[in-house]
Amino acid sequence: MFDALSDRFDVIFTKLRKRGKINEKDLKEVSREIRLALLEADVNFQVVKRFVTRVEQRAIDAKVHTSLTPAQQIIKIVHDELVETLGGTTGKLTMSPKPPTVILLAGLQGSGKTTQAGKLAKWLKSQGHDCLLVGADLQRPAAVQQLRVLGERVGVPVFSEPSDPVTVARKGMEEAARLGKPIVIVDTAGRLQIDTELMNELVAVRDAVQPHNVLLVIDAMTGQEAVNVAEAFHAAVPIDGVILTKIDGDARGGAALSVKEVIGRPILFAGTGEKLDEFEPFHPDRLAQRILGMGDMLTMIEKAEQVFDVEQAAKAEERLRKGQFTLEDFMEQLQAVKKMGSLSSIIKMIPGLPKEARNAEINDGELKKVEAIIRSMTPAERRSPQLINGSRRLRIAKGSGTQTQDVNKLLKEFQQMQKMMKSMGAMAGGKRRGMPGLPGLPGLGAGGGGGGGFPGGGFPGSPRR
Amino acid sequence: MVLLILLVVAVIVVAGVIGVATLLRSRSGLDDIAEPPPAPAGPAATTSSAPVGPPPRVAVDPTASDALAVEQPDVEPEPDARRPEAEAVTEAEILDAELDLLRRPRLRDRLGKARAALAATLGEIRLRDRIDDDVWDGIEEALISADVGVATAQALLDRVRARAKEVKPRTPEELVDLVKSEIVDMLGSADRAFGYVAGELNVWLFVGVNGVGKTTTIGKLAMREKAAGRRIVLAAADTFRAAAAEQLGLWAQRTGVDVIRGQEGADPGSIVFDAVASARSKGADLVLVDTAGRLHTKVNLMNELEKVRRIIVDKSQAHLREVLLVLDATTGQNGLQQARQFCESVGVTGVVLTKLDGTAKGGIVLAIQQELGIPVKAVGVGETAGDLIEFDPVDFVEALF
Repeated sequence: MFDALSDRFDVIFTKLRKRGKINEKDLKEVSREIRLALLEADVNFQVVKRFVTRVEQRAIDAKVHTSLTPAQQIIKIVHDELVETLGGTTGKLTMSPKPPTVILLAGLQGSGKTTQAGKLAKWLKSQGHDCLLVGADLQRPAAVQQLRVLGERVGVPVFSEPSDPVTVARKGMEEAARLGKPIVIVDTAGRLQIDTELMNELVAVRDAVQPHNVLLVIDAMTGQEAVNVAEAFHAAVPIDGVILTKIDGDARGGAALSVKEVIGRPILFAGTGEKLDEFEPFHPDRLAQRILGMGDMLTMIEKAEQVFDVEQAAKAEERLRKGQFTLEDFMEQLQAVKKMGSLSSIIKMIPGLPKEARNAEINDGELKKVEAIIRSMTPAERRSPQLINGSRRLRIAKGSGTQTQDVNKLLKEFQQMQKMMKSMGAMAGGKRRGMPGLPGLPGLGAGGGGGGGFPGGGFPGSPRR
Repeated sequence: MVLLILLVVAVIVVAGVIGVATLLRSRSGLDDIAEPPPAPAGPAATTSSAPVGPPPRVAVDPTASDALAVEQPDVEPEPDARRPEAEAVTEAEILDAELDLLRRPRLRDRLGKARAALAATLGEIRLRDRIDDDVWDGIEEALISADVGVATAQALLDRVRARAKEVKPRTPEELVDLVKSEIVDMLGSADRAFGYVAGELNVWLFVGVNGVGKTTTIGKLAMREKAAGRRIVLAAADTFRAAAAEQLGLWAQRTGVDVIRGQEGADPGSIVFDAVASARSKGADLVLVDTAGRLHTKVNLMNELEKVRRIIVDKSQAHLREVLLVLDATTGQNGLQQARQFCESVGVTGVVLTKLDGTAKGGIVLAIQQELGIPVKAVGVGETAGDLIEFDPVDFVEALF
C-alpha cells in the first residue's frame, strides 16, 4: 500500500503545515489526489467526479478545526463522505409478513452467487431462520451440484430439477410451501447484463417467485464495469440490495462505491473468505478505510488486539510518554509484536511510515541479534542502560555472541529513541482528546515531522500542533 | 538504522495501536447499533492476512489418493445437473464449436454486440475540430473507463504527447489513431502461441482468483486442442470448490477426453501427479491442469500452488510449457496485483482474458504486459466451446475505444 491516500496528502501538506488553513488552490491539488486515489481503487470515473465535488463542497463549508491539521481534516471529510455514501441507508433484508420471504440472487458469471447462496443460508440459520435453497442455474455445468453440496454442508434442503429456470423457481416456491420453510433463496445463472435473452429470463424468474429481496452479487475486484452492471441489472429487475464478494483479497473495492452511488441501494453483506461462515453484514467504515488505502491498519489492529495484553501495553505506553520506557519494556513489546507475524510484514501495514523504514530489509536474524543482546543484560542494566560500562559491554557482547559495536549501536539508538519519545510525549498525550472520530487514520503520514534519526516519520495519533 | 526501526516499530505498535484501537472500538460499537445483527464476533471471523493466514483448506483425507478414478467420457453424468435434452445440446454445441473452429472467429466479430454499446465513448471527442485539453481529458477518461488504470494511462499519454510532437496530428480523430497505434506497439510483438512440443508430454497449468472462468477456459481449450489432433488429459485439481470436478467432468464428456479426479478435499498435488502418470501411460500429448480459484493474498494457498508446480516439474518430470493466469475482463486495478503475485509464486507465462463478450474491456492487461511482460494468449468471449479465440492486439485496441 505504497500509494495510500494519507501518503499522497502527506506530500501536499508538507508545505501546508505552517499554514493552518486550506486555500482554494490547495483544495484543487487535494481534489486531484482524491480523484487519483479513488480511480486507483476502481471507483467509476463518473462517480469519482461527483464524489470529489461533494468533498470539495464539504471542505469549503467545514469549520476550521483547531485540533486537526489540514491533512487530517481533509482525510476526515473524505472518510466521512465515503462512509455516508456507502452506508447512508442501513440495509436489512426485507422479511415478508406472510412467509415465505423470497431472496433472489443475480449477477455476472463468477461473481460468487452460488457460494453466497450457501453462505446466506448459513447466516440466516445462525439468526434462527430456516430456509430452502432453489438452484435455478441450469446454465453452468454442475452449478446445481455445487449448490447441493453447499446445502448439505449448511444443513439446508436444496430444490432443483432439470427443466428450465422459471419452472424450477416456480416449483421451488411450491416446495417451500410444502416444507413450510419461511425463507427461499433462489440462485440464478450468471449472465452478462447485455445479454437480452438471459436478462429477460431473469425477469421471468423474478415474476415467477415475486421476491421480497433481489440481491445483486458483485465481485469486489470489479473495475469500471461495475456501474454498467449495476445499472443494467437494476433496470431489468429492480435491485434491493448488494452482496459484495471476495473482499478478503487486496482489492480496494471501489466498485462498491460505484454501485451504491448509481443504484442507491444498500450493500447488505460482504463475503470475507472461502469458508461458509466467512460472510457478514457490511461495514461501511471498514470499506471506506480500505478504499483510502488504510485497510491494512485495521488488520494490524485486529491482530495486535489478539496478542497484546491491553493493560500491560497501556502501562508501557504510559512509561513511554514519561520517557521511562526501558529495554525491559521494549523486550516485552517485541515479543508481542513477534506474535503478530514477521516484522517486515507489520511494517508494511503501518501507513505513513517513511519509505526508508518500509523498504528496510529486516530479517529474523537481526531480530534475534537484538534479542540476544538484551537477554545478555542483567535486569538492572535493562532498566538503566547508563550502567553499562566498557567491561559490561564486553560481557554482553560475549554473552550474546555479537560484537561490542553491535551493543553500542543498540544502546545508542535506544537512547535516541527515548529522547525522541520524551519530546513527543506531550503530543502522544494530546492524542486522547485531539482526534475525535478519526479511526485508524490519525494524520499518520501527515502528523509529526519526527525527530532525531527518524526521517520525516509520523507518529500515530500525534496531531502536530 | 535497522535497530532503530525495530525500536520504533515496537513503540508505534504499543502506543499507536492501543490508542487507535480504543477509538475504533468505540466507533464500531456505534455501528453495531445501526446495523443488522453483528456477525459472530469470534476471533476466527476476522479478515486475517498474510502471516496468520487461513488454516489449510485441504481436509486431510487418508483415502484421497486411493480414491482417484479415471472418468471415461461415456460415464453417465449427474442426472440432476443437466437438462433432459442435454445430450442434444451437447452434440449441437460440439458441432457449433467445430464449425466455429473452422471459421476461426476473430475478436472483432465477437465483440460486435459489446462494441455497439461502446461506440459513443469517444464518438463525440473524435468529431471535434481541434485538439484541446478536453480532447486529451476525454481520451484519458476513455482509457480509465476501460480499466487501463491511471498510471498506465498517464504513461501512455506521455508517450503519445512525445510522438504527437513529431507526427503532429491535426484532428482529434488523428490523435485517437495515434493513441491506438501506441497501444498496439505496447502490446506489440509478444509471442502469443501456446507452448507445445510434439512428441513430449506437455503440461499447461491454469491459475487465477475465484470465479474468473478457469474451468470453462480449460473446457474450451480441450475442445480446441483435441480438434487439432492432440491427445488430452484433464486434471481436476480443484478439489476445494463444491462440484468443481463435476463441472470439469462434464466438459471432458462433451469433448471426449479423459479426466483425472480425486475426492473433494483431496491433495491437488496427488491428482496432478496421477494425471501426468496416466497421460504418460496412455501416450497423451497434453495435460490441462485445473486448479482451485484462490485469492493471491492467501499465502497458504499460494504455497499449495507452488507445490503443484513442483510436482509437475520435479516429481513428474513433465514439461510445464504454460502457466496461464485466467483473468476476468471485468477485473479492475487488482488484476495487476493478481498477476504480480501469481507470477512470483508460479511464474505465469501468459494471460487468458475471459468474459470479454460483455462491455468490460479488460484494459488492465495493458498494465500487466507493460509491467510484467506477460502477454495475453487467448480471449474468452462466451460460454460455448468455440468462444475461445486468439488475441489480436489491433482488434483489442479497436474495442478499447
